[in-house]
Amino acid sequence: MTRRQLWLRFTAHIDPPLMLGIGLLMLTSLIVLYSADNASFGQPMKQLLNITIGLTCMWLVANLPLHYLMRTAIPIYALGLTLLIGVALFGEISHGARRWLNLGIITIQPSELMKVGVPLMMAWYFEKHEATLTMRNYIIATLLLLVPVVLIARQPDLGTSLLISASGFYVLFLAGLSWRVMGGLAAAALAAAPFLWGMLHDYQRHRILMLFDPEQDALGKGYHTIQGMIAVGSGGILGKGYLDGTQTHLDFLPERTTDFIFAVYSEEFGLIGNIILIGMYLFVIGRGFIITANASTYFTRLMAGSITLTFATYAFVNMGMVSGILPVVGVPLPLMSYGGTSLLTLLLGFGMLMSIETHKKLNKT
Amino acid sequence: MNKHVEIKNHLREIFYFRLRLAIGVGFVLTLMTILFLRFVYLQVVRHDYYQTMAESNRISVVPIVPNRGLMLDRNGVVLAHNYSGYTLEITPTKTGGLEETINELSTLVEITPRDRKRFKKLLSERRNFESLIIRNKLTDEEVARFAAQQYRFPGVEIKARLFRDYPYADQMSHLLGYIGRINQTDVEALEENDMAANYRGSDYIGKTGLEQSYERELHGKTGVEQVEVDSGGRAVRILSRSAPSSGNTLVLSIDAKLQEIAVQSFGNYRGALVAIDPRNGEVLAFVSKPGYDPSLFIDGIDSQSWDELNNSPDTPLNNRALRGQYPPGSTIKPFMALAGLHYGERSPSFTISDPGYFTLPGSGHQYRDWKKGGHGSVDMFKSIVVSCDTYYYGLATQMGIDKIFNYLSGFGFGKKTGLDLEGETSGLLPSQEWKMRRYKQKWYAGDTVSVGIGQGYNLVTPMQLAYATATLANNGVAYRPHLVKEVRSARTAENRAIQPEQTFDLKIDPAHYDLVKRAMVAVTQPGGTAVSASAGAPYQIAGKTGTAQVIGIKQGATYNESQVNERHRDHAWFIAFAPAEQPTIALVVLAENGGHGGGTAAPIARKVLDYHLLGKVPQPLPDVVEEEGAEND
Repeated sequence: MTRRQLWLRFTAHIDPPLMLGIGLLMLTSLIVLYSADNASFGQPMKQLLNITIGLTCMWLVANLPLHYLMRTAIPIYALGLTLLIGVALFGEISHGARRWLNLGIITIQPSELMKVGVPLMMAWYFEKHEATLTMRNYIIATLLLLVPVVLIARQPDLGTSLLISASGFYVLFLAGLSWRVMGGLAAAALAAAPFLWGMLHDYQRHRILMLFDPEQDALGKGYHTIQGMIAVGSGGILGKGYLDGTQTHLDFLPERTTDFIFAVYSEEFGLIGNIILIGMYLFVIGRGFIITANASTYFTRLMAGSITLTFATYAFVNMGMVSGILPVVGVPLPLMSYGGTSLLTLLLGFGMLMSIETHKKLNKT
Repeated sequence: MNKHVEIKNHLREIFYFRLRLAIGVGFVLTLMTILFLRFVYLQVVRHDYYQTMAESNRISVVPIVPNRGLMLDRNGVVLAHNYSGYTLEITPTKTGGLEETINELSTLVEITPRDRKRFKKLLSERRNFESLIIRNKLTDEEVARFAAQQYRFPGVEIKARLFRDYPYADQMSHLLGYIGRINQTDVEALEENDMAANYRGSDYIGKTGLEQSYERELHGKTGVEQVEVDSGGRAVRILSRSAPSSGNTLVLSIDAKLQEIAVQSFGNYRGALVAIDPRNGEVLAFVSKPGYDPSLFIDGIDSQSWDELNNSPDTPLNNRALRGQYPPGSTIKPFMALAGLHYGERSPSFTISDPGYFTLPGSGHQYRDWKKGGHGSVDMFKSIVVSCDTYYYGLATQMGIDKIFNYLSGFGFGKKTGLDLEGETSGLLPSQEWKMRRYKQKWYAGDTVSVGIGQGYNLVTPMQLAYATATLANNGVAYRPHLVKEVRSARTAENRAIQPEQTFDLKIDPAHYDLVKRAMVAVTQPGGTAVSASAGAPYQIAGKTGTAQVIGIKQGATYNESQVNERHRDHAWFIAFAPAEQPTIALVVLAENGGHGGGTAAPIARKVLDYHLLGKVPQPLPDVVEEEGAEND
């Protein structure tokens, strides 16, 4: 086999446009991390390692034929649910929330697994009953979604539970949940809002209230939001220039390599940079939609659609949070924020998208 | 299954799916448009605003630390206050070489090895970009000398800071405690209580004593200032400001002069003294000797001073009054007598013939009276006056441990008193249940015997004994003891008096109370064990002496004070209240290794009572000898 053939074999299941999009985003991430980490290679190098691990996993998943992918649905979901119950019973408390499970060697955050597990399970379920979908199936699928969401919300991790709700809702929506039911659900949610408000923890309420008036607690919880908005706003149209962000380099920005990395980017590259970034995200999302539209089975359509819409939601929620239109919920900017776990989850999702796209082609030819 | 099953049209289904997907695309585009509009708003429309805030002059939110509340004694004497002074501070990240800078500085102002050690310690626990103190309390001359040379020292500056000062130094150390620099543990505790925002900018927090237990009152509310600063970090303009509000002033029930007299009356003895107003629980004096200089701890104690304090055989860091646990000795007898009367185990006239020892039926073991040969015929009144051990061996044995436990716990023995200081220990009032739990053994009759004279398993803290004495003085009505009498708000000039809080009423029979009180008065009269306590006093003192054994004495051996190592000598107790008819003060004196209560502890009590009741200052005041005797031991 020639070197070229080997290369073709190796990349057979990599979708070039999608790879290009996420590659550009991760490259941008490394460049911004260097600035955010005060012009040091420390975090960029660690992130490079995370990227390598993530891409390897993505490659493995991309090479997995679709029926294998489907078969993983129940085990992943069951494992995730078991771990979530484990967390509720034996989890470690950190910052007042029970999110981590200590397995001796490593501590894991099972809610991260459920970001993939829930849509996978729901898509599998709809595929199973594709021929005879009735209202009952939608209700069962909703239950498959609600059980982990409630467990995660109780940890409490409101941000993650809302995002998983969104990814599950996308499956329901794409599976054809009737408009009337959705309208009913929306009305019910509105009616339940005051009740839910009562169930929230003080700090969660505080974050939501802070959105309306961050100045009232300028030293406390409002600090993140104010500093983020200052960074973005002061960036202007052209930005302050790479490594010249004062908010970043004078230590004003909190969590600037993780949740607030967008503030660093936006301060240094300005509106133009933001447009380019949104462009890159839309490119990846657009490719995801195309893969979804062309997907060959019910399962893959639902899965691909949910992965794509969820990715878009993450990007929106993080940028909205940093620019002060959403409460601070602790969601990383996908493919940009420092951190191995969320990157791995995202790349697993992209691996599935690639598998969906490339195995379909193979099936046809 | 008779339900009609529809096999869906595949193409139709694809069409509907793509329709839904198109809605999804529209949804995403809407979200991104919202973001885009938000960015335009922030980065174009409001750019100038955020530009000023961030770039041009780096507006920062500066916390304004409030002044810490004062502490005053009951007469308004200042016990803890703040004064402003100059410090020389270094911001390590801004200097060239730290070591050279400090060496160079020492040619201008005096920098001792202790200063250097403390600086190193601060350096190891510093937070980001903080300036660290290298020298405290600069003189005006030093300030002038440095100011002229400041250009040579980038990152070194003179700052005016408020310092905490405790004028009474070691006399009040165990009472007031001290503040110290906020460490990681404090930060975590503050975050846990959601108080971290109010401590942004604060360097100090109460670590022990009242400084700790009233931290919330004393700290005050941090103000916020939005300041425009130039590139050199100097404030140019204040944009907005919400003023801080100072911490509240604590008015203590302590009488500073009384405390001073009490401390000095101890002379070279170690020990503790607690005086309480029995009518309301106000603590009038709270002494633990020796004390230490609290100001050593404020900016981090250097290791040399720490070793000196921590390794001293006198344990100056130990709060004896609050945490020291000692056998109560004979001071327990008035309480035992009341118990005997209460349960009808003894009538006032019941008389024993004391041979000088007590034996349990069927046992040859002799429980000896302190007086060889005994006290002859002894009734209850005499048993207190001469402190007859044999009488109480018998009483305790007849009453049994359960009744003793029930009655004495009513006086607060074995429980924390609830004083407004942290770290109180609860002493020990033994019971059958306790012994089973602690030693997995049942209670033996022999255990009860020595409980009767306060030498068994029982342990009390001076604070507890003072509380019990106050309760006794107040005819069984107890008030929760407290050190703070009033909290004065710095903001509103509004005063919050701490109300006396009645904790329980033992409902002592007036006849019983009268008997025990008369006996305790007789203790301080000729024929009693503490004659020296009331010789020539124009008021009546009710008292009781006690000795707490430090080492056990073998059967048949005699205890000879002069032959025992000083550290193994008995501790001397004296409890008292006066005037006996209408007590306004109840106190407890513990003189460690003081021998007999009547000899060493009672005279200390007398001086305190004389000042409190007559305003009489002991003349001449005993010389205050520094605690140097320790090295000779």
